[in-house]
Amino acid sequence: MKGRMISPGKAEGQAIVSPEPIGFYGGIDIKTGIVIEKGHPLEGKSVKDKILVFPCGKGSTVGSYVIYGIKKNGVAPAGIINKETETIVATGVILAGIPCIDQIDIGKIKSGDSIVIDADNSEVKIKK
Amino acid sequence: MHLTKEEEKTLKGENGEVMERLFRLLVRLGEIYGADKMIPVGSVQVAGVSYKSIGDPGTEFLEDMASKGAKVKVLTYLNPAGMDLENWKEYGFPADFAKNQLRIMDAFKKMGIVVTSTCTPYLAGNLPRFREHIAWSESSAVSFSNSVIGARTNREGGPSALAAAICGVTPNYGLHLWEKRQPTVKVDVDFDLNYNSDFGALGYFVGKQIKNKIPYFTGIKSANTDQLKALGAAMAASGAVALYHVEGLTPEADLVEKKGLETISVGKKEIKETYGKLNTGKEPDIVIFGCPHASLREISALADRLDGKRLKKPVWICTSRMIKEAAERMGYNEIITKAGGTIVADTCMVVSPIEKMGYKTTGVNSGKAANYLPGFCKQEVCFANIDDLVEGQL
Repeated sequence: MKGRMISPGKAEGQAIVSPEPIGFYGGIDIKTGIVIEKGHPLEGKSVKDKILVFPCGKGSTVGSYVIYGIKKNGVAPAGIINKETETIVATGVILAGIPCIDQIDIGKIKSGDSIVIDADNSEVKIKK
Repeated sequence: MHLTKEEEKTLKGENGEVMERLFRLLVRLGEIYGADKMIPVGSVQVAGVSYKSIGDPGTEFLEDMASKGAKVKVLTYLNPAGMDLENWKEYGFPADFAKNQLRIMDAFKKMGIVVTSTCTPYLAGNLPRFREHIAWSESSAVSFSNSVIGARTNREGGPSALAAAICGVTPNYGLHLWEKRQPTVKVDVDFDLNYNSDFGALGYFVGKQIKNKIPYFTGIKSANTDQLKALGAAMAASGAVALYHVEGLTPEADLVEKKGLETISVGKKEIKETYGKLNTGKEPDIVIFGCPHASLREISALADRLDGKRLKKPVWICTSRMIKEAAERMGYNEIITKAGGTIVADTCMVVSPIEKMGYKTTGVNSGKAANYLPGFCKQEVCFANIDDLVEGQL
């Protein structure tokens, strides 16, 4: 699938898909990379080394710093795929250096799929 | 987006990792918003300064940037911090909070940022000129510089403002473009605005109605810069107004296209209702002035009302360090302090932890403060003019 490069680089990993937007500030624990937002579809799951797939970001702009923080703490996702990356997530992934692509039909990706992101070529591959 | 050869090099990492990341951020934001190129900025104002707002994630990010040698290229000021940076102990700010706040200030200072901490940089030595491109963050400062001065800035987030300061440029889109500065709604005011709080109420009402539109006001006969500051701050808080024009008063008002605009009217009824709506509390535990930061004229007005009086309940006035110095020289600080009041610098009620300092109901004359205090600081609000607020604390 072809999309738009938000942050460069290549990444490979297992997909973890959220049908709901993610607010990183208050939504993901900065030390563990575990989703802590109550009632969120991914609550209790870790995003570490995964390909994190969600429609778009939400919530506080401090979320950008949380994305940077989980990367520094070694618990960040290997890559991020969005339907539409808004400025909070774009700011976070670029500062953190996490490969990220948007404008992807994320409905085609399921949790557990093996995914390759080649952000430099704006490409996402699903290896079933 | 068109990039110069030098900018291409930065993007390839030839000017270091920090520059590469920060410049990439500006390029990406520019592409998201349809910018054609980068433009140099004359000055920057960075938000995300209070430890209360950015927490550990933001603090660590800033320390990381500073330790990697990031340095600003243009005059850069800061938004208010979470406490008075000199007298925090005396005013009862918690010590663990203070420790983290001072770490943040150190990181900014290392990057060459002037550790001013004010939402009124234009009153404290960072004054842009008409049509100058700048990258400012704080919503009321953005509104004032765009509207009252006629400088040009979008409302920047903390990281994008920092990136603009370190790269010296910002993407050319939005309010940097003349065609995007045209009014999109007309607001007819039929009310004799007197107190600064009247301007706050007007701003609160209009911001709620028009959200992120650009209003063109008619019927405001006169207003000083304090009143325009109050108007813009309230509109930016209750809505997302980053630019407004006032017939006969603001510099672009004569130049913009005003034909065929939808019109809304504001009169005595709307202003009175707004005062009612903003009053959620009965009696203030504390009264706080200076949102946005008080000018010397506003401090002088408070000193006049407190001269020779004795306060039964606390009154604060928040301002920048520079204006506090000027007030000190004029003896205003002494009058206010003698009456039992406090002049707090570097911070404001919205970003400081007042809810942890035992206050439940705060009296304000600011539409912006009235908008934010219930959510950010869990306060009930008494919204009134300066005379009624001071009278109630005596």
